[in-house]
Order: sequence, then structure tokens, then C-alpha cells
Amino acid sequence: MSAAVSITVPDAGLTRGSKRTARRVLPGFKLTLGFTLFYLSVIVLIPLSALVFKTFTLTWEQFVFAVSSPRVMASYRLTFGASLIAALVNAVFGLLVAWVLVRYTFPGKKIIDALVDLPFALPTAVAGISLTALLASNGWIGSILEPRGIQLAFNPNGVVIALIFIGLPFVVRTVQPVLEDAEKELEEAATCLGATRWQTFRYVIFPTVAPALLTGFAMAFARAIGEYGSVIFIAGNMPMVSEITPLIIIGKLEQYDYAGATAVAVVLLVISFALLLLINALQAWQRKRGGAGA
Amino acid sequence: MSTPLSQAHDVRPSSPQGNNASGPAKPVPRRSTKKNATTTEPAWVKWSLIGVALAFIFLFLILPLAAVFTEALRKGSDAFLEAFKEPDAWSAIRLTLITAAIAVPMNLVFGVAAAWAIAKYEFRGKAFLTTLVDLPFSVSPVVAGLIYVLMFGAQGWFGPWLQAHDIKIVFAVPGIVLATIFVTFPFIARELIPLMQAQGTDEEQAAQVLGATGWQTFWYVTLPNIKWGLIYGVILCNARAMGEFGAVSVVSGHIRGQTNTMPLHVEILYNEYQSVAAFAVASLLALLALVTLVIKSFVEWQFERDQKAAAALPPERPTV
Repeated sequence: MSAAVSITVPDAGLTRGSKRTARRVLPGFKLTLGFTLFYLSVIVLIPLSALVFKTFTLTWEQFVFAVSSPRVMASYRLTFGASLIAALVNAVFGLLVAWVLVRYTFPGKKIIDALVDLPFALPTAVAGISLTALLASNGWIGSILEPRGIQLAFNPNGVVIALIFIGLPFVVRTVQPVLEDAEKELEEAATCLGATRWQTFRYVIFPTVAPALLTGFAMAFARAIGEYGSVIFIAGNMPMVSEITPLIIIGKLEQYDYAGATAVAVVLLVISFALLLLINALQAWQRKRGGAGA
Repeated sequence: MSTPLSQAHDVRPSSPQGNNASGPAKPVPRRSTKKNATTTEPAWVKWSLIGVALAFIFLFLILPLAAVFTEALRKGSDAFLEAFKEPDAWSAIRLTLITAAIAVPMNLVFGVAAAWAIAKYEFRGKAFLTTLVDLPFSVSPVVAGLIYVLMFGAQGWFGPWLQAHDIKIVFAVPGIVLATIFVTFPFIARELIPLMQAQGTDEEQAAQVLGATGWQTFWYVTLPNIKWGLIYGVILCNARAMGEFGAVSVVSGHIRGQTNTMPLHVEILYNEYQSVAAFAVASLLALLALVTLVIKSFVEWQFERDQKAAAALPPERPTV
């Protein structure tokens, strides 16, 4: 995700100075850029614009009605609330996992490191049914917790757990390289100046990783809002209680309410774009912060 | 979606770890007398942090993975194999393979072209274009499916024309392929762009000066430089293409034996309470995920080795 943070082109100045010649020396600019724009338009931009144009077939009142009916509002509350909780949990534990993987050695570390990417590689539907099997009343975890009155599946708790699974790698993978690059000399200096280990972490290390942590948090949050596959199996999907916004879109589509589905989709899309811009800004900030060290 | 290779490994001459003579004596003497006591925690803190992190990983990653295989084999291997005797399962596997076989090469060609244009040249709007390439990652899979229904569905832009010519895109294989291409669109491009930007254009310009054609330059100079990033992007793209659920579910129409991919087949079996069969098919997908992780780790390891080898070489020119 977080682009090449630590990369600086060694002769960026040179290339930029002579960019006109560079453009002429290497062939294929028109071909590759033309193909990129064509493919991007056909696959992404034109279909996305269909969404916008479809919305214009609705009057403003119809649009507002479609995106703010009580059932849809309840789904926003669940989707954003659960995504926020999941992203916060991932921020805390993701930082911890990244820290442990970078700073300590222990048996099986390589395997754990590779396994962190599992949520990227495992199809969401598989994650959904396996989490459900674990947390249902006859599952490994459910059978322990349910007699004690804790129900994790088929209610909003399940949504949060599925979203934690989905977002887990984002924070780890954005924080990890920053921790690896962090200069130990700074920590040594802090210790020499009399800081306790906790003070060093709080005032030296944490500010260094904060931009990356925030980026990872925003990515996990953004991903969680759109997530569908893993959630629908575990959520129970009761209207007003455990129905996520993407499921509302599916429900409207199944009733051939294309305009209503589109309206809700536009709301989701606008929020995704806002988050994308935010993430880009965070990454720019992170690059600026880390630029000197890299 | 994951750490780009180029970022993961910052290779520089290894600096001595820690500092043995670490400054003046500390006011509070520590029990630990390790070399780098200044930049590490007491053992009990360290091991409790490791313990909590591993417990989290165990609960959220290892248990769900183990559950897939346990549930699949719950009624023995015969019941497991039974799931694959069904023709619907085979048509789902076939469709998944076909979809990936179309979507991945398409995005591969796009990824290389986009990375070439973005990394090797300067032009106005480049940052904006890079953002647009990333766009599909931030779109909900359900919305990704919906936009193709709006384009090609019966009520969509091209709906009437397609119906008149008896072409089916939505609720048929082409729609599934399109939706899959959309959700896997940025994978390869985003691996290659930072990698090729970091490598600059010096080597390609040298090849040009020596009289290589454009294709020769790409084939013999650029490609060997980006091969690990390319493989990395392809396997991640492939894993997502085979596992995509939300987007495909919207455009598929769920016609058994015709428009069901493996994840959709898993869903149908699961909703029909055929738990063992659902987990049997799911275990194939989980296996695919594990293979993906193994190849990914191998590629990272190779890339790191290449980088180290390159760093060990004497500099080709004085650094400016």
C-alpha cells in the first residue's frame, strides 16, 4: 500500500533537469500511456461513471429517501461503528505484532511473519465460513463462550471480528518497514539522556511510527467499510441489527431496485474516495517525515 | 495490497547492532547486562509482548485456518472427497481457473504498460494517474459488481443493444471476468511502479545508446530487473482473482454449473447446510492461499538476496 516510502531516486535531480531528453530517448511513451489510459477508462472510469449517471435519474427527494431510510441508516451505524472498532483493535495489535516481528527473535518468527498476509490471500468467503464455524455455539470458541453468556456470532460482534481479520495485515505491513528503518542511535541517545524505556517509546519511537500507524489504521478502516464476503456469513444479517451497508445494496438489487441500490452505492463510493484522499495525504506526510532517514 | 517489495528491504551496509559501551552509567542499574541493553526491554516485558502478539495471531489467523481443514475432514476423507464428485464443483473450479487465466494476463499487460509510462517518464498529471490506478482497491466489491450491472444489465446502458444481439455479459461468464479484472486491477501495476521508479532510466538509456530497439531494451534490460516484483504482483493478483466473492456474487446470477465460481459454490453449499462439502471446497481455496504465501515469501527472499548481491558490488560510478 504505502508506496515506496524509503525510495529516493539517486539522480532525481539529473533526470528532472533533462526530462525532455529522457522522454525522447526511451521509446514507448505514447504507446504505454495510451494503453494505460484506454484500459483504465474501459475497466474503471466509464463503469464508475455509469454509477454517477444512474443516480441522476433520481430526483433529490428520491435520492435522500433511498439513502436515509431507517433501515439504511441502521446499516451505516453498524458498518462505520464496527469498522472503527475493528480498525482501532488492529491499530493496537498491529503495532504490537509489527514491534514483536521487528525487534525480537523467537522460534517460528519467519512463519508468523509470512502468515500475517493470510487475510490478503485467503478468499473472504472462506474466512467468513471458518470464523462462523469457530464462533457458532458448537464451534471451538463458541462452545466455550456461549455457556458464559457471550455470543460472538450472528450479531454485531461477529461483524467486528470478521473486520478485524480482514484489516489485520494493513497496520502490520505499514508499520513494519518504518520500525525497521528507525534509527537505533536516537533511542540510545534518549537512554543516555536519562529516559526510561517507556519514555523512549512514548517520545522517540512512537512519533516516528505514528504516520505509518495512522495510514495503516485508515487503510484497515477503508477496507472494512466495503467488506462483504467475510461479514455476511457471520453477521446473521438481521435488518436494523446486523445488516451491513453493502448487503443493503445487494438486497435492493435482488428486488430490482437499481436506482435505490445505486444511491446507496454512491454514498459508499464517496466515502471511499474521501478515505483514499486521506490515505494519500497521510502517505505524503509519512514520506516527508521519513524522507530524511531513508 | 501488501508491502511492495521495493519498500520491504532497505539494503544498506549493516551497521553494528547496538552499542557496547553505551554512554555514562545509568542512574538506575539494570539487571540486564546484554550488549544492547539500552535499546531493548527487560526480558519479562519482551516475552509478555511476544506472548500477547502470538495469542492474537493464534486466535485470528491460525484458528480460522485450522478450522477450515478440520471442518472439511470432520466426517472423514470419504465425505471430503464426495464434495469433488459433484459436477457442479468441477464446473466451479473450471470457471475460477478460466476467470483467473483471463484476468491475470490482462492486468499483467496493463501493469507493465502503466508502470513503464508512470515510472520512466515525467508528465503532467502523473500523481493523479497513479491515484486513479489505485482506485479499484478503495471501491467496495459490491459496488464493483454493481457498476457492471448498470452498464450491461437488462436496464443498463448497453442492455437493449446486447439483448438485441443476443449477447449476455451480466449473469454470465464475461461479467464475472470483468468484475474480477476490476477488483484485481491495481495489483501488478502498484508493485511495479515504485520498483521501476527506484531503478531509474539509466540502464535503459544505455541500452538505447548502444542501439537496442525498444523491445530489446524492455526484454533484456528492464524485465530482468523487475522480475521478482512482477512475480510477486502476479501471485497476489491471482490469489485475489480466484478468491473474489463480493463483486462476482453481484454479476454472477448464481446459475449452478454455469456461473458459479469456487467461492460462490462454497456459499451455496454452506447455505444448504452441506457444511462438509462447503469446507472441502473452501479447503482448496485455503490451500491456494497457503501456496501463495509460500511463493510470496520465496520471492521476497530471492529479491533480498539479489539486492544484497548488488549492494556488495563496487559502485559503478562515484556517487554525486
